[in-house]
Amino acid sequence: MDGLVGFGFTLMAMLRDIVPIAAVLFGFQVLVLRRPINNPARVAMGMIFVLFGLALFLEGLQMALFPLGRLMAEQLTSPDFIHGSGAGTSEQLDWLDYRWVYAFAAAIGFATTVAEPALLAVAIKASEVSGGTITVGGLRVAVGLGVAVGVALGVFRIVTGTPLHWYIIAGYVAVMIQTAFAPRLIIPLAYDSGGVTTSTVTVPLVAALGLGLAETIPGRSPMLDGFGLIAFASLFPIMAVMGYAQLVEWQARRWARNN
Amino acid sequence: MHSADNPLVSHSRKPASLVVVWTIARRAAGALLESALALVPIVLVIAFFQLIVLRQSVPNMGQMLWGGGLVLTGLALFVLGLQMALFPIGEEMAHSFVRKGKLWWLLAFAFALGFGTTVAEPALIAISEEAARVAASGRVIEDSSEARGSYAIGLRLTVALAVGFALVVGVFRTLKGWPVHYVVIVGYGCVVVMTFFAPPDIIGIAFDSGGVTTSTVTVPLVAALGIGLANTIHGRDPLIDGFGLIALASLTPIVFVMAYGMLY
Repeated sequence: MDGLVGFGFTLMAMLRDIVPIAAVLFGFQVLVLRRPINNPARVAMGMIFVLFGLALFLEGLQMALFPLGRLMAEQLTSPDFIHGSGAGTSEQLDWLDYRWVYAFAAAIGFATTVAEPALLAVAIKASEVSGGTITVGGLRVAVGLGVAVGVALGVFRIVTGTPLHWYIIAGYVAVMIQTAFAPRLIIPLAYDSGGVTTSTVTVPLVAALGLGLAETIPGRSPMLDGFGLIAFASLFPIMAVMGYAQLVEWQARRWARNN
Repeated sequence: MHSADNPLVSHSRKPASLVVVWTIARRAAGALLESALALVPIVLVIAFFQLIVLRQSVPNMGQMLWGGGLVLTGLALFVLGLQMALFPIGEEMAHSFVRKGKLWWLLAFAFALGFGTTVAEPALIAISEEAARVAASGRVIEDSSEARGSYAIGLRLTVALAVGFALVVGVFRTLKGWPVHYVVIVGYGCVVVMTFFAPPDIIGIAFDSGGVTTSTVTVPLVAALGIGLANTIHGRDPLIDGFGLIALASLTPIVFVMAYGMLY
């Protein structure tokens, strides 16, 4: 019974999300384009699928993944665990003592990104448009690796307490340099994949990790240091996707030379 | 099949509906498989860290399995709905706007889509309330619920404006065929310059607001809109000109929020 009530609330929240979108679509379709929608029954059915699908998805995450993931983030960043795995009982913690936190950050960043519905949607579209050259799985793995590196580096930044904007500016410079050399076809998709990685699944867990770290490390403020991880998670996939394309191109060229 | 061609046979629709059911069933199986694959890494990561690193058992196994089942079904339904509703609508509307030559209306639509989907986004509401609390404790604004409320609403409107603006610029770019990286370089330049002048409290929030604007429903619609436009306009490539809208929509909020922090 409780589960049903909870699902009702999630469904209402999803409905509130979808209503403004549906209003804009419907308004322009009827008032400006003055054209009936093709196959309205199918579209209505699809909208209901999207609504119920996202509600079930969120409900399931809140039931299974989020509580355990948050608990694990807390336990891995707690001083007890880090002292236990670190060099004895010394009070001075080295950045290397957080090695399991980096590993967890990278692993959870990768895993949640691969399950991200918005990224799946973009990957489906990209594979359709590219005629299968870009595969749904390949793009998601590339983006997931980017998020993994990004979040791990973001954790390193919180541990060492270095300012966020230097990392971001260095990242922007790297993106610009790569843009000059990457295959032209991949650039817009690479930029887009930076924006879609951080939503439903990734943000709650990554944010919990950042806040947990900022709370347990002396001298960090959750307000100032807990926030930056998401910025890392949306910058590194851009590099990863362009890098993946460069690698594929380089291999194809080498293969062509050898034959 | 034998009776479908004959209009006199009254139950001639039956084979057609069977075909529809079969197609849906096959697609549903594909979607289920797709979402099961998407969830494998999470299960492995959780199991590894819980059992091997933290050396604990997994609590509430029944609840975990039930939740996992919901996640799986939900993701599969979403993928089906995507292909039935969100993709076709976005592409169809892009076609109609271009065919009817209503380009000003197309820009207005892009703005409404960006603004309308962002202003009510729950993640944005949460972030702007958080930001108002930071601003109040930093004495940027008066620490009263009224002042905090108006600061939070101002911030929400700023981000929504930024996303609307981004989609207008992005659609305009697709129409003109400009390369996306020129627009993005200008945006990066603004971000870098403004980082040095914006109050430090707002910077983290500004970078985060770029990440929360693109919701799971908006992304497929916007992607389909861009690709639909690139497919309809002669001489545009869907890969080069169709993608890029989402990138802009996650870049402009950073600039707009830092500007908001500087003006306030």
